[in-house]
Amino acid sequence: MSTTRTAPPVPAAGVSTEPRVSKNRRTIRSYYPRSFFIPPIVLYVVFFAVPSVASFYFALTRWSLFDSHFIGFDNFKEFFQNPQLYTSFIHTLLYGVITSGAKVIIGFFLAVLLTGAVVGRGYLRAVVFFPVLVSTIGVGFMFKSLLDPFHGMVNAVLGFFGLPQPGWFTDPHLAIYTIAAVDVWKGVGIATLIFMAGIVAIPNEYFEAAKIDGAGGWKILREITIPLSRGPAATVIILSLIGGLRSFDIIWATTGGGPGFTSDVIASVIYKEYQAGFYGLSSAGNVILFLVVTVIMVPLSYVLNRKQVEL
Amino acid sequence: MTGVRIRAWVVGTSAIIVSIVVFLVPFVFVVLQSSKDPADASTLAFSWPKHWQFLANLRAVLRTNDGIIWRAFLNSAILTVTSVTLTVVLAAMTGYVLARRRSKWNALVNFFVLAGLIVPPAVVPTIWVLQKLQLFGTLPGMILIEATFGLSFSILLFRAFVGNIPRELDEAAVIDGAGPFRLFFRVVLPLLRPVVVTVIVVQSVFVFNDFAGPLYFLPGDQNATVQLTLFTFQGQNISYYNLLFMDILLITIPPLIAYIFSNRQIVAGLTSGAIKG
Repeated sequence: MSTTRTAPPVPAAGVSTEPRVSKNRRTIRSYYPRSFFIPPIVLYVVFFAVPSVASFYFALTRWSLFDSHFIGFDNFKEFFQNPQLYTSFIHTLLYGVITSGAKVIIGFFLAVLLTGAVVGRGYLRAVVFFPVLVSTIGVGFMFKSLLDPFHGMVNAVLGFFGLPQPGWFTDPHLAIYTIAAVDVWKGVGIATLIFMAGIVAIPNEYFEAAKIDGAGGWKILREITIPLSRGPAATVIILSLIGGLRSFDIIWATTGGGPGFTSDVIASVIYKEYQAGFYGLSSAGNVILFLVVTVIMVPLSYVLNRKQVEL
Repeated sequence: MTGVRIRAWVVGTSAIIVSIVVFLVPFVFVVLQSSKDPADASTLAFSWPKHWQFLANLRAVLRTNDGIIWRAFLNSAILTVTSVTLTVVLAAMTGYVLARRRSKWNALVNFFVLAGLIVPPAVVPTIWVLQKLQLFGTLPGMILIEATFGLSFSILLFRAFVGNIPRELDEAAVIDGAGPFRLFFRVVLPLLRPVVVTVIVVQSVFVFNDFAGPLYFLPGDQNATVQLTLFTFQGQNISYYNLLFMDILLITIPPLIAYIFSNRQIVAGLTSGAIKG
């Protein structure tokens, strides 16, 4: 097979001046050269695969970037014995489940609303999606001010109505939930969009037939829209869980993991240990995050995709 | 029929009111804050500015730290444009061959593409690799990192789209004497324009808004990207809330422009990838 082309696989090389060859001598397959894979594979291996594999070794060492001493599983022991660290493990799961669940539910109902007959649909779609595009750090700082316990606008309004004024980001029991809520505020637009695409793809005849049979709005929702939105729901769950379990920016911008370490997640622990110079421990955090994400995502995506096929 | 219309009005207007409170008020707050004087802004109240000094604040932000924001915008622009170009070309080539060429390697490649989407990047080992290559803390290093992290998502989009382009087109081009490179760059790539636009927009917004990447792999004031400039106004002096919010406003403008001009592409891209993937 003549897969080895002479021209280097550099995009700038552009059009190669290939001599005209008899068409019969090579199959059409050779017109899809494997050499196209080489540049992306090099990037992927060097900047993604090698570090990922290396993290499994460096997680077992005391590491200064210049030299490393093998210390076995001490970093992992440290991680799961130190309450400042292992709570981040629990927070990561909690955060992932809450944000993902909320995005599925809120996203779905927003999508139903925005695909139906409502006034101002274009405006509503735009406004729900816009936060997705805004800087996460900017959103974090914005809500830090809006939810400030003493001066923030939200508590001012609550106080006006004589309601309790919680310390949204300063109450240790509340901080992680507040961050999750801000995350949902920012990210629900994507979920809405995916559900909308799914709902629009449902053949109109289904709805018309149901209406002729005398089904009301709720019945149509329960019997048609929800069952036929399973595929989009699977996508939303998978995407938002991957994002939620890895979440760092918004936590760093709002609480920095505080108060204390009550809103630390694995990703923020990785950064803190890196800042403190504990590179081995930081890499152990990475390995733990890797395991958490794969152990949850692989079976989950298998189950969700299978259900989708059965439908 | 009028019943339906009344309902549309009632539901629509109540949704609009809720959306104003939930989504617009925070953004109005940003604009108000960025127009206040420092003392006024530090109260964090949702109030009309006592003295409008929007332009003065804008000038102050642009001058802070010897104009670090100019440098940051330049860095972010270079980073975004080059890394997205790289991602688009490489992902298009990969997605194209993946979709066209049936081979036993495809399953393996697909596996790694999905792994790239799910696995969180190992931070410190990546720094270690960058240091070995003398790329740590340099813009080229950061560009390669962003290009790599964007590959998986983009390859999935391109693969799905190439599947819709009839193979007969390739055969015709081959019969007309096109080689593999001419076939791809002259025949197939122009047909991929809709996905190319989608990938460009989505990836640009992603890279421009990326915070953790530059935080880890591009340290140093010289290398600041726009997201990191926000911490200039947050960390140093708490009384510069007006400038912080002006900075938020400034770095929101590029994604806003991207959104206004390519609303459709963003929507198409995110949903097509989601439904097919």
